[in-house]
Amino acid sequence: MIWDLHCHLNGVDGRTPEERMAQLLEYADRMGVDRLIVFLGMSFSRSYDPKPDDFRQQNDEVIQAISHWMDRALGFAYLNPNYLQESLDEIDRCIVNGSLVGIKLWVAARCNDQAVDTIIKRVAELKGVIFQHTWYKVGGNLDGESTPDELARLAKRHPEIPLICGHTGGDWERGIRAIRDCPNVSIGTGGFDPTAGITEMAVRELGADRIIYGSDIGGRSVSSQLAKITGAQIPKESKQQILGGNLKKMLLPILREKGIKP
Amino acid sequence: MIDVNVSLFHWPFRRLPHDTTDQIVKKLKAAGVTCAWVGSFEAILHEDADGVNRRLAAECQQNNDGFLIPFGCVNPTLPDWKEDVRRCQENYKMPGLRLHPNYHGYALDSELFAELVAECHQRELIVQISLRMEDVRTQHPLVQVPDVDVKPLLELLPKFPGVKIVLLNSQRSLRGPLATQLTEAGDVYYDFAMLEGIGGVGKFIEGVPYQRVLFGSHFPFFYFESSQLKLKESDLGETIRAAIATGNAEKLTF
Repeated sequence: MIWDLHCHLNGVDGRTPEERMAQLLEYADRMGVDRLIVFLGMSFSRSYDPKPDDFRQQNDEVIQAISHWMDRALGFAYLNPNYLQESLDEIDRCIVNGSLVGIKLWVAARCNDQAVDTIIKRVAELKGVIFQHTWYKVGGNLDGESTPDELARLAKRHPEIPLICGHTGGDWERGIRAIRDCPNVSIGTGGFDPTAGITEMAVRELGADRIIYGSDIGGRSVSSQLAKITGAQIPKESKQQILGGNLKKMLLPILREKGIKP
Repeated sequence: MIDVNVSLFHWPFRRLPHDTTDQIVKKLKAAGVTCAWVGSFEAILHEDADGVNRRLAAECQQNNDGFLIPFGCVNPTLPDWKEDVRRCQENYKMPGLRLHPNYHGYALDSELFAELVAECHQRELIVQISLRMEDVRTQHPLVQVPDVDVKPLLELLPKFPGVKIVLLNSQRSLRGPLATQLTEAGDVYYDFAMLEGIGGVGKFIEGVPYQRVLFGSHFPFFYFESSQLKLKESDLGETIRAAIATGNAEKLTF
């Protein structure tokens, strides 16, 4: 069983969200991926600090994309903490009253922003999954681009709320260390090069139950991202946990709440 | 399957899960690789280039079945570099070189590089150029090495018709129509170890003739399965898949 935590409609052929979703599923079928989590719209480069109309439209596109494939695809709502009330309203619209099952926080604001605390508390009440993009770029991050250290500080303020450290910080040797002592933080393995050793180190330092497979398609290749798990020298049982078991377990409460078949 | 992008010895900044020659050979053979073109990780930082090439040749020779084909490294900023080229070909029987212009500090529009290409042209050596070894965003803070700019090849290659250039790890920095233009300017080939994007290989051959695409894994720095699975991810058809996996590289060497 393979569940992919990290998929986008961007970078995929197709004129409509449905066409792009169909494309993603064609590749998923070929590569043996059972379920895709989709977030961000057809073009997410419009602004790193999207206005409410923008992130609402992107969420609409995700809702539209997954609507025909609820058995194969799930979606997260994209929010901008710089627009706190609008983000809380979007949680109501997309998660409470809509089909989405988690949130994606990207690079609009660093996750040590107070608004993020309010957002994640609300999502946790709903049992939604929280995905925070993180990177350590040696040349410097974007103004609003979080590091795993910042996520670790957020996690320690809310030790009862599960969080996902997207990209493992890119520089995974630092990223893994940064969140190592935050048992409520899992890493997402998608969206960086398939550098050998990442998964072995992560299993060693975090345990297999804190690692979640994701790809970051369509900007990334399914293959390069799957290889990090399938090619790793770790037990078969650990691979099963990472490729789908951990994500399914994290999603189960909200899927049950919404009556979506796991 | 011929893998044109494998490296031996130790990556300077990390121990890799497969970093002994025995482990590498075992893994590649188990995956169906029949021949691997190998460079040396030592080449990027060592200044005793002949020491690096000598060890590489000896290591390949120890696996005495012709499975590992050594590609030596020449740094044209070092004194008497032409002797390194000569030794690579005449002493170590290497069919080509693997260059690291970014780690060695020269550009492809430099006189030095033109001289090196001329030397390889005359000797009919394949020239592999590694555009990057790793994501520039995750490099060691004290060793930040920019990607190689290959645009100067557009002007240079027509001066050396027939010289065979293999660009490794190219697709993260090679943008726009340049890949296509380079194949028109000369005998330029690409591996796809760093090709990203969903269905990447299939999309790449929309702009570059499939006859110019070679299987390369950047193993053991990358998980080998990354490139292996890419051949499955795109619906290439058997003819194209076989050409990319094996046939194109075979034609390049024989």
